[in-house]
Amino acid sequence: MIAIIDYDAGNLASVERAVSYLGFKCIVTNDIKTIAGSERIIFPGVGAAGAAMDSLKRLGLDSVIKQAVIDGKPILGICLGTQIIMEYSEENETACLKIIDGFVKAFPPDIKSKDGSRLKIPHMGWNGLKNIKKHPVLSGLNEDDEFYFVHGYYPYPTDSEHILGTTDYGISFASVIGFNNIIATQFHPEKSGRPGLSLLKNFCMWNTS
Amino acid sequence: MLSKRIIPCLDVREGKTTKGICFKNNVDIGDPVEMARFYYEAGADELVFYDITASHEKRNIMIDVVRRVAETIFIPFSVGGGIRNVDDMRNVLLAGAEKVSVNSAAVKNPEIISKGAEAFGSQCIVLGMDVKYVGESVKIPSGYEIVINGGREYLGIDALEWAIKAQKLGAGEICLNSIDADGTQDGYELKLTSIISENVSIPVIASGGAGKPEHLNEVLTKGKADAALIASMVHYGTYTISDIKSYLDSCGVKVRKSW
Repeated sequence: MIAIIDYDAGNLASVERAVSYLGFKCIVTNDIKTIAGSERIIFPGVGAAGAAMDSLKRLGLDSVIKQAVIDGKPILGICLGTQIIMEYSEENETACLKIIDGFVKAFPPDIKSKDGSRLKIPHMGWNGLKNIKKHPVLSGLNEDDEFYFVHGYYPYPTDSEHILGTTDYGISFASVIGFNNIIATQFHPEKSGRPGLSLLKNFCMWNTS
Repeated sequence: MLSKRIIPCLDVREGKTTKGICFKNNVDIGDPVEMARFYYEAGADELVFYDITASHEKRNIMIDVVRRVAETIFIPFSVGGGIRNVDDMRNVLLAGAEKVSVNSAAVKNPEIISKGAEAFGSQCIVLGMDVKYVGESVKIPSGYEIVINGGREYLGIDALEWAIKAQKLGAGEICLNSIDADGTQDGYELKLTSIISENVSIPVIASGGAGKPEHLNEVLTKGKADAALIASMVHYGTYTISDIKSYLDSCGVKVRKSW
């Protein structure tokens, strides 16, 4: 069973639908026992970092996630879930879970594309991946594949070894991060068509032991 | 680099898709779930559904359509039409839409934008604007006026001022429809689109007037749009999404080519 962590951070049904469509059993839950007993964890979320961390602590889920990292259970962070695993977020000046060293930065307000035109924030829409590292969850993906993003902040890991893929939007930012049994995407694989479903399927079959 | 989005728009009445030509003479052309699947597989970057069901009692048919679409396609889609309050927004989002679009209700009650953004996040809230060129005046400095209730009611609101206000209230995106261009297939309203897009920081989807791929190139470059809505030109099979994207790619417009 795959636990999709529900911490009042947006509509998680789209992740559930995509995982079910791929033929894997999953449950949207905030129950500590269910999450602790699950085979793998998806940690999604949209919204603001401050409110999300408050909810995680109130529900006692911060320690459950940290324990799962130690236990070696496969974990997939998505969007806000990817930011929350860092040490600190500039959004609401939030102390986060400190699973990956580094912090979460806001896109600079005046970012421009190569041709000098102003780029809008949030970064919303389809964009590609570069510098894709060899990883079981990223297997089969290439630089022609695009993924659906909606975000104004991005993760900035201290150790470049934790960057598994990057994306260009005025700047180059880490759009896939991870180490050991955790991998996290700034984009929404559940809304990214074929390559997104392919990544989700890889995660659902990922053997970290 | 971010791709420009090509977004087929499906008008749905009582659970069936239609295409409104200047809001009149709607003809049935299919099942919305099947059309969603078709466009998903054909390379659409996103879909927009407008519920044009007149009868309030029959509106829950749309919720069932949304639920079935969400089980079938794995790209974002938005739902608009008849959204009057936060509960209507919640129903559509819980049924599986990524975004919800408000139009007339937001003009009458702008608070719906801030309440929706607070409850679900700005990224969920699309402001739909129906706009007509009326000439520049003291009251309408941009020359473009907001029209509501399907193109019938004028309230003396300047389109540019409204777009800026809606962004402040928390709208995450604007779907900008030109009443003058809608249904003509003669091209988008480029001036309107660029005025709005250059003066807001949120993405703008251009709508109304698409008839051939050249029109999309114009609106995504000169018009400064972030995305382009299309309807008749693909619904009747005149062009495929691949045709349009190949053309845009040859013009140097960044589009998503692999799906």
